[in-house]
Amino acid sequence: MALGLGAAQADYTLNLMKGVTKVSNDIYDLHMLILWICVAIGVGVFGVMFYSIYHHRKSKGHVAAQFHENTTVEIIWTIIPTLILVAMAIPATYTMLELNDVEKSDMTIQVTGRQWYWDYKYLNSDIHFESHLDEASERAHRTKGADPRSVPHYLLNVDKPLVIPVKKKVRFVLTSTDVIHSWWVPDLGWKKDANPGFINEAWTSVDKAGTYRGQCTELCGRDHAFMPIVVIALEQPEYDAWVIKTLEQQKQKPDLSDQSSQQLMAHGESVYLKNCVGCHQINGAGVPGLIPALTGSAIATGKWESLDGFLRAGTSKMPKFDKLNAKESAELMTYVRNNLGNKVGDELQPKQTALPDDDD
Amino acid sequence: MSTNTAYYIPHKATWPVIGTAGLMIMLAGFANYLNDKLNNIAFMSSTGSAFMLVGFLIFVTMLVGWFTLQAKESETGMYNHEVGISYRHGMMWFIFSEIIFFAVFFGTLWYIRNLSVPWLGGEGAKAATKEILWPAFEAVWPTNGPGKVGGDFEPMGAWGLPFLNTLILLTSGVTCTWAHHGLLAKNRDQLIKGLMATVALGFLFVTFQAIEYHEAYTEMGLTLGSGVYGSTFFMLTGFHGFHVCVGAIILSVVLFRTTQGHFTPENHFAFEAAAWYWHFVDVVWLGLFVFVYLM
Amino acid sequence: MSAVVDEHDHHADDHHDHGPAKGLLRWITTTNHKDIGTMYLVFALAMFFVGGAMAMVIRAELFEPGLQFVDPAFFNSMTTMHALVMVFGAVMPAFVGLANWQIPLMIGAADMALPRMNNMSFWMLVAGVLLLASTLFMEGGAPNGGWTLYPPLVLQPITVGKALPFAVFSVHLLGISSIMGAINIIATIFNMRAPAMKMMDMPLFVWTWLITAFLLIAVMPVFAGAVTMLLTDKFFHTSFFNAAGGGDPVLYQHIFWFFGHPEVYIMILPTFGVASTIIPVFARKPLFGYASMVWATGSIAFLSFIVWAHHMFTVGMPIAGELYFMYATMIIAVPTGVKVFNWTATMWKGAMTFETPMLFSIAFVVLFTMGGFTGLMMSIAPADFQYHDTYFIVAHFHYTLVPASIFILMAAGYFWLPKWTGHMYNEKIGQLHFWLSVISVNILFFPQHFLGLAGMPRRIPDYAIQFADWNMISSIGGFIFGASQLLFLYIVIDTVRGGTGEKVSDEVWEDAGKHGLEWTLPSPVPYHTWTTPPTSAPTEHVLDSH
Ligand code: HEA
Ligand code: HEA
Ligand code: HEC
Ligand code: CUA
Ligand SMILES: [Cu+2]
Repeated sequence: MALGLGAAQADYTLNLMKGVTKVSNDIYDLHMLILWICVAIGVGVFGVMFYSIYHHRKSKGHVAAQFHENTTVEIIWTIIPTLILVAMAIPATYTMLELNDVEKSDMTIQVTGRQWYWDYKYLNSDIHFESHLDEASERAHRTKGADPRSVPHYLLNVDKPLVIPVKKKVRFVLTSTDVIHSWWVPDLGWKKDANPGFINEAWTSVDKAGTYRGQCTELCGRDHAFMPIVVIALEQPEYDAWVIKTLEQQKQKPDLSDQSSQQLMAHGESVYLKNCVGCHQINGAGVPGLIPALTGSAIATGKWESLDGFLRAGTSKMPKFDKLNAKESAELMTYVRNNLGNKVGDELQPKQTALPDDDD
Repeated sequence: MSTNTAYYIPHKATWPVIGTAGLMIMLAGFANYLNDKLNNIAFMSSTGSAFMLVGFLIFVTMLVGWFTLQAKESETGMYNHEVGISYRHGMMWFIFSEIIFFAVFFGTLWYIRNLSVPWLGGEGAKAATKEILWPAFEAVWPTNGPGKVGGDFEPMGAWGLPFLNTLILLTSGVTCTWAHHGLLAKNRDQLIKGLMATVALGFLFVTFQAIEYHEAYTEMGLTLGSGVYGSTFFMLTGFHGFHVCVGAIILSVVLFRTTQGHFTPENHFAFEAAAWYWHFVDVVWLGLFVFVYLM
Repeated sequence: MSAVVDEHDHHADDHHDHGPAKGLLRWITTTNHKDIGTMYLVFALAMFFVGGAMAMVIRAELFEPGLQFVDPAFFNSMTTMHALVMVFGAVMPAFVGLANWQIPLMIGAADMALPRMNNMSFWMLVAGVLLLASTLFMEGGAPNGGWTLYPPLVLQPITVGKALPFAVFSVHLLGISSIMGAINIIATIFNMRAPAMKMMDMPLFVWTWLITAFLLIAVMPVFAGAVTMLLTDKFFHTSFFNAAGGGDPVLYQHIFWFFGHPEVYIMILPTFGVASTIIPVFARKPLFGYASMVWATGSIAFLSFIVWAHHMFTVGMPIAGELYFMYATMIIAVPTGVKVFNWTATMWKGAMTFETPMLFSIAFVVLFTMGGFTGLMMSIAPADFQYHDTYFIVAHFHYTLVPASIFILMAAGYFWLPKWTGHMYNEKIGQLHFWLSVISVNILFFPQHFLGLAGMPRRIPDYAIQFADWNMISSIGGFIFGASQLLFLYIVIDTVRGGTGEKVSDEVWEDAGKHGLEWTLPSPVPYHTWTTPPTSAPTEHVLDSH
């Protein structure tokens, strides 16, 4: 793909990655600093301990000394760790302040966590899209016996990545519409929770163009493992071109021409995999006790108009899907009614499902 | 005074396991009922309610049985001084744990008033919260939040029934202490009168609170569901009211035992525990009056 | 405290007293601290296996990428229940069991101060766990929002079915149980101690438990309050955790962690006490700094109340909060360091032998310190922006819980079982158990550091391919570790039934009598002990400082 989604498997490291922002590098340095301090203390303490275990054992005829309590020693081993901690706290404070400084940004993106995808809205332009787990991963993890290794970037790939320019200060405002999610791309150096009803802020400025992957890191329900994040950082000219292209695509009206039943079913499956599968499952069986099956559901297989109405309205438990356009609705409903164990036998065309005032 | 010099260690306790079973049945029933409630099954037709009732009866039986046994043991002089100290430790730390429980709700009130509501109104680092999510919301107290959860309501004023209730509880604290003096001075009449006054004031308090709640629900639109104001208001005052009921019942039992000739100036742990509890309930109310009603 | 009388002396129907009653009723109605201690320990061991079996489900699912065995929601239930069962069903009760057995023996008390309540604490625990376990069989499954039970997730109808109210009431019962247990321990230590024993003569196990008991009383009601608000938010239309009503989901996290952080120290402080008891015996040397150990324990307990939000660095706290909680958390390394240095200094120039309890204790010191180091790394707030909610944390807390708390519980078992039963355990199998455990636990948890740093989030049933190798290794370690614990089960049963057949002395371990009162009693310990309190307190540091 043009955006580089198909690029090679992410490099795997044993240690924390350095990342591609100043903050992430500062954090890396902090991490290494503390790690080495701990290793040094560990070597010291365990060294003494193992020396003693080796030499001061009864089987070697060592006789126990009976000393105890020594105020000098005790003061020393209280003061020295305190000083070490102070030495750690100073750089940590600077990095913390840096992370927190969202002022003077060049652009702002609103990130909304949803069960189970991300919604991105560029507040300085009209760009607005959803970012779902890609179809290949979706299929693979839901199919028994599928080989995840054959899927490129298994679980770390999305249909529409977030695109940002390099070397610009991008401010993020994060929120959620259902439960708490957390937005994390390790290469950027931080994660931040997306809390329903509140906005959290964060920022980044990426030094190097490239594709960076991450995941939701706050347990958000059954598909928490399946809402990855992909950020693509582009050089400014390429980014500008992307903005123009994306805005154009967004303005395009859906193609409402008739489709063959195979097309309807195939596209319908895509819509289903993106929007419904998380709850109603790949075979439409739902989840006992929590989510009803679509297989044999009276609403799904009844009059399509009422199904359409149901999807647009939602319920207290199921989100509404008024965001689907006429094309998607037609495809989805055809699929739901004629697959997943259902066999209504009808075929809905986009023109049918278009609302009278439906002009998008 | 106890006739024992040795520490009494009971054997074969049957009430604990009975009480536990009762409590468990009651709570399992309650949980069942709550799930039914979500499915719009009424209290009377939920199977959970039956379990709740049975469990509750078992639990109450345990309380009666266990306390009767304790009273009997105490009156036959089986407890020496040290046993009394153990009981006092027990009661003291129990009350401490209750204080913490109330502190959680006071802390919640503090957080909501000083942090979450102002944040929703755009204060501090959360300017974007108001700007993007709740542009119309002004952070004032009391509030039912930017979503106007529960609809319009009228906040509860401090100077009507609540103030009267403050006076009632304070007076009951005094009568309780007066009763204690009676006990220490071997003035049984004063003891009984003091206790009776305390119990009566306690129930009076609860009655007034019931009236207050009734008004809130029927006339002021103020319910448990009235956003965070309703939530904190009813949760704090409700748990407190519940504790007043329990305290009043305990005092009634103590009163009953007094009429049976129990308690001496040297041996009256049950009285003392009840009095501590009552004072604790009293102090919590003062906190409520200040933080829930006044501020 | 003075001599003790029991009921039999008052009832003519029972002349030959002082033995336990017979049959099942003995256990149900018992008020004897040893019986109750045994019940706690047996229950805890059973729950360790139940919680462990759930961990095995987790590890099996994570053995390979892709979803093999379980549904993601069930996986989340397993994570949640594994943690709740281990924390509230295994580790905490195990320490209460040890307290029941050991505190009266160690302070020269005839029994716990409030024996009937002691019985009730135990049964409340069982009731709480039963309510929790019942959710496994309900429509919609057991709670699956993580052991932290964060709203709005646990309130969501499509996430948690019928389980929530049961989980909430279970927490209430477990809370009542813990509070009653803690009150009993406090009353016992203050009121039942042999007059000859001053506070600063008490064994460290008693000290650490005393402080733990205060922590329990101070935080269990907090947890109870938090889940009560979950209940009312779900069923009674309150808005505590709902922004639309003016509340805040993050408020729950503050309350939970105000409980949760002290809670993790509740699981570690008694561990420190046991280690401080065992190491001097096998080093044949008094504990290096008794007083500083007491003070360090107190400081850790105090600090535990003011650091909770280090679990919440990424929720979007004001910067002042982030910095404050970072500094406060870091300070804990100081008193904890005092402990580690103390144990090391105690071993220094001792005459060490390495029986199983000592081996487990040494492994505890080393591996706990490693867990502490990663804790310190996470207390650095900016760095925690990377570590948070990854397997790095999972590694951190398992190092502090499994090779620390669990290892010490094993050590305590090997250390005191001969005293309690009068039988010696099989040292060969004990050593085998140790070596298998210590090696496999590192295969199990060490690679999780790598996974976390490389970016694997926690609480996921399926993961990207690059995490495959270390997950498989970790799972293999897990299976070996799990299977090794069957050895412990075998040893316990074997020892109770006679062990090596070798009759142990009253002291059991060489010169143990210098270290604690319990070793001056006969082995096995009689059903009733210290009916007249001891007249002196032979703890070693006391003898020595005179
Ligand atoms: C027994 C359990 C236990 C113990 C003892 C600890 C001990 C510590 N823990 Fe841990 N912790 C948990 C159990 C425990 N923890 C659990 C269960 C979680 C996750 C909960 C969840 O999210 O589900 C958690 C999570 C957790 C977090 C949150 C991470 C996140 O979610 O992002 C943090 C952050 O600060 C933290 C820090 C610490 C610190 C600083 C200590 C300190 O007490 C450690 C101190 C010890 C040492 C430092 C080593 C010895 C000291 C020396 C040798 C002295 C010299 C050393 C220096 C000066 C460096 N812990
Ligand atoms: C005291 C607490 C405690 C203990 C002892 C353990 C012990 C273990 N834990 Fe657990 N764990 C937690 C507390 C604890 N844990 C907590 C608080 C969490 C966080 C939960 C959350 O995110 O909400 C957690 C989460 C957690 C996870 C992360 C799950 C996730 O994020 O999705 C994993 C994954 O590996 C794990 C594994 C293990 C293993 C393998 C053990 C082993 O040590 C267990 C070993 C014991 C046995 C295996 C039982 C004995 C043997 C048998 C039953 C015989 C059968 C044996 C075989 C078939 C081999 N634990
Ligand atoms: C977040 C979870 C979730 C998602 C996503 C979801 N649903 Fe649902 N669905 C539910 C729940 C829960 C119900 C039960 C609704 C209720 O009882 O209020 C439901 C009910 C239904 C029903 C009625 C079933 C019956 O017979 O009662 C249909 C049809 C349906 N959904 C179709 C869809 C389609 C098509 C999509 C995708 C466009 C979808 N759902 C997406 C959760 C979801
Ligand atoms: Cu969204 Cu996890
Ligand atoms: Cu903590």
